[in-house]
Amino acid sequence: MQADRGRAVADLVLTDTSTSSHQAWVSRAKALSRLQISDKAFFQLTRGAAIFVLVLLGAIIVSLIIGAVPALQKFGFGFLVSERWNPVTENFGALAPIYGTVVTSLIAMIIAVPLGLLITLFLTEICPTWLRSPIGIAIELLAGIPSIIYGIWGLFVFAPFLQRTLQPFLISVFGEIPVLSTLFAGPPYGIGVLTSGLILAIMVLPFITSISRDVFEAVPPMLKEAAYGLGFTTWEVVRYVVLPYARVGVIGGVMLGLGRALGETMAVTFVIGNAHKVSSSLLAPGTTISATIANEFTEAVGDIYTSSLIALGLLLFCITFIVLAIARYMLMRIERRIG
Amino acid sequence: MALTGLYARRRRRNGIILTLSLVATFIGLGWLGLILGTLIWESFRSVSLQVFTEMTPPPGSAGGLLNPIVGSLIMTVLGVVIGTPLGILAGTYMAEYGRYSPVTKVVRFINDILLSAPSIIIGLFIYEVVVAPMGHFSGLAGSLALSVLVIPVVVRTTEDMLMLVPKELREASTALGMPRAKMIWDVCYRAARAGMITGVLLAIARVSGETAPLLFTALNNQFFSTNLNAPMSSLPAVIFQFALSPYADWQRLAWVGAMIITFAVLALSILARTLIAQRKQS
Repeated sequence: MQADRGRAVADLVLTDTSTSSHQAWVSRAKALSRLQISDKAFFQLTRGAAIFVLVLLGAIIVSLIIGAVPALQKFGFGFLVSERWNPVTENFGALAPIYGTVVTSLIAMIIAVPLGLLITLFLTEICPTWLRSPIGIAIELLAGIPSIIYGIWGLFVFAPFLQRTLQPFLISVFGEIPVLSTLFAGPPYGIGVLTSGLILAIMVLPFITSISRDVFEAVPPMLKEAAYGLGFTTWEVVRYVVLPYARVGVIGGVMLGLGRALGETMAVTFVIGNAHKVSSSLLAPGTTISATIANEFTEAVGDIYTSSLIALGLLLFCITFIVLAIARYMLMRIERRIG
Repeated sequence: MALTGLYARRRRRNGIILTLSLVATFIGLGWLGLILGTLIWESFRSVSLQVFTEMTPPPGSAGGLLNPIVGSLIMTVLGVVIGTPLGILAGTYMAEYGRYSPVTKVVRFINDILLSAPSIIIGLFIYEVVVAPMGHFSGLAGSLALSVLVIPVVVRTTEDMLMLVPKELREASTALGMPRAKMIWDVCYRAARAGMITGVLLAIARVSGETAPLLFTALNNQFFSTNLNAPMSSLPAVIFQFALSPYADWQRLAWVGAMIITFAVLALSILARTLIAQRKQS
């Protein structure tokens, strides 16, 4: 087919030259100028589309800032450190959502990073070759499941399960120990900060696994073979050869997962319980920035209420922007090294 | 003896870590199985033809999911139709015209940020620029929000796939006197077609499960509506509303909706994967 098209262009030129030379010159010039115009137009079109992507991000930032101005003007810096969230008196502070976002993401990363690295270790070092790709795809399918499914599953299956098993267990085990007893205090609600963190952990697992798998596989086999030749065990090869080589990429993958966890909305909204308070117990209900917006935005009456929610959005955007920028920077570095 | 002791310890540690990694893999796979298993179990108990032929019911009576299914289809299709051309054009610029220009570097970085930006932010953005000026929620706003999510996925795959087109093809067509735009249309797009279609499929998979950006753009609608200028129902929004309701029949419908979305999305992403795999083999 490509050859056909190529011939079409050549034919055009050939048939033109076979008529009288003046006519040929004119129609040829016409054809050329037409092609030139379409060429330029297409170039401008593509460049416009590329610029549009930049404008889009700019527009998102500007619109969020404009929307957030009324709330930020009214509350100032206090917005960030106040725990109040009172729609009736129109008094808003972002501390509880910020706290919830950070703590749930932290729990997610504490669980997902070791789990993801262990799965990567299994996939790259132990797993028989024919099984690698099916298992890898299955793990990545976890990323394909829409977040609302995690939400409904978490609410109806996972939270009641935790309420019956893990949470009473944690309360009884850590109830006597001074610091930990405050972390695991209170009745087992099922829903809450810990449950959200666990669900987030499953959701970010595939991101960490797939990126660390890519960078693990990019480690030059000579390095690994040399280490095995010196008598390293598999774990030692991974610990002292693969991990140091792949470190930057793994950190990039972890940051990418963190960006996801921070911004995840629906799954968390289902299971966090929406309580605007900073609670020291991980079993207590809380809220996150995205869950607050999802729950309250359509019901928000009054400019200050809406504006406060948009200010929360702006805050979330800033946090994820920084995290994702670091992730991209790290991944760019490892890509350059791998070439 | 000391040496063998050290060796035994190293072997033991190795064994522990390898076992742990096996366990971790089982946890990951088990979780996938658990979620899919629950979905199938919960929804097959209550799935029937009614689901596809009737409207969402008031609590306490029987009904189906026809209006959210249609709403989801309309908004997804429209979002993809708006977002795909823009994404392909931007990706074309990055791979063909400005491969080494600083603009491309910036756009690539920004695009990657957009790719993983929280989708609820996109919802807020569309609310600010479309819903608030128009004064009401609408299916159109929902489609626009989805198209903003489509663009970065398509930009990324288009650029990657065009980068893979061998430069000999470009050189050959240029040598035949093909203008650049024609070369891109008839040579590069053709060579990269499978990959670009994959990108669009991935984008569809990504947006068809999105809930957060629809909550305050398209809102929801209890009735059948194809009016883009009015609030429109969508599967994820209905799942959200029904699952959090106290009514048992609504919750059952939420499970059925969840199963429809999940299997549609998984089928799309598996299809996209096989397309990529075929490409690699050829």
